Amino acid sequence: MVKVNGKEIDIAGKTVEEYISSTDFDPKRIAVERNGEIVPKAQYGETILAENDVVEVVSFVGGG
Amino acid sequence: MIPSEKDMMAALEQRHGREIQKKFSTATVAVCGLGGLGSNVAIAIARAGIGKLILIDFDRVDITNLHRQQYKACQTGIYKTDALYENLKEIAPYIMLETHTMRINEGNIGEILKDADIICEAFDDAESKAMLVNKILETMPEKYLVAASGMAGFDSADNIKTRRITDKFFICGDGISDVNDGIGLVSSRVMVCAAHQAHVILRILAGIEE
Repeated sequence: MVKVNGKEIDIAGKTVEEYISSTDFDPKRIAVERNGEIVPKAQYGETILAENDVVEVVSFVGGG
Repeated sequence: MIPSEKDMMAALEQRHGREIQKKFSTATVAVCGLGGLGSNVAIAIARAGIGKLILIDFDRVDITNLHRQQYKACQTGIYKTDALYENLKEIAPYIMLETHTMRINEGNIGEILKDADIICEAFDDAESKAMLVNKILETMPEKYLVAASGMAGFDSADNIKTRRITDKFFICGDGISDVNDGIGLVSSRVMVCAAHQAHVILRILAGIEE
């Protein structure tokens, strides 16, 4: 299981890109942090989520 | 009468303590975007005696900004960098200010922000926010970054929170209230979010990070 924004999800083995595309997250409006480190945008397709990873998807909305 | 630099420093030291004030006075903070968030953040931390601010915005003060941004009606039409420079110098005459009247993009971020200890993301467009945050986290991991997302509308001010995402990355806001959902920005709630950002910046500088 991978913990994403506090919830356990069965996505170990998927890439970050595969996971994000299965959600409502807009890839242009997010930053993804895995185990305390940023996942560079260019590496979403090759970063494979492992069992027990802790992921935070920070999503931006407009206004400021 | 404008107080002397020595008297203003003495008043700040009395308020914050000499040790913390030294940390504030020697800090450089960059504010990216000088709208409802950025103009309020800049004024709050300038009042606290931050040594130097780097202010970045490409836009001019518009009549639709006046309900929430720290500009005066007479400043309508001038660049926000120039207007905020004037206002900050009236509030904190001895602060050092560096202004950049331009759009930040992936190509110029590194040069503009290289001297900042802490970077405040205060844009209004969601994709610009994400671009800035990703670029900083990827290429300048040594910098502290304080971003914001979700502060529009009339929902409770208590829903605005500060979250620590990594050691050096903080985000303020409710995470969901989008200006494009038609609720618009309300001055008091934007100020709450800006105050969260300013407060995290001061806490980081003071060495209080738990």
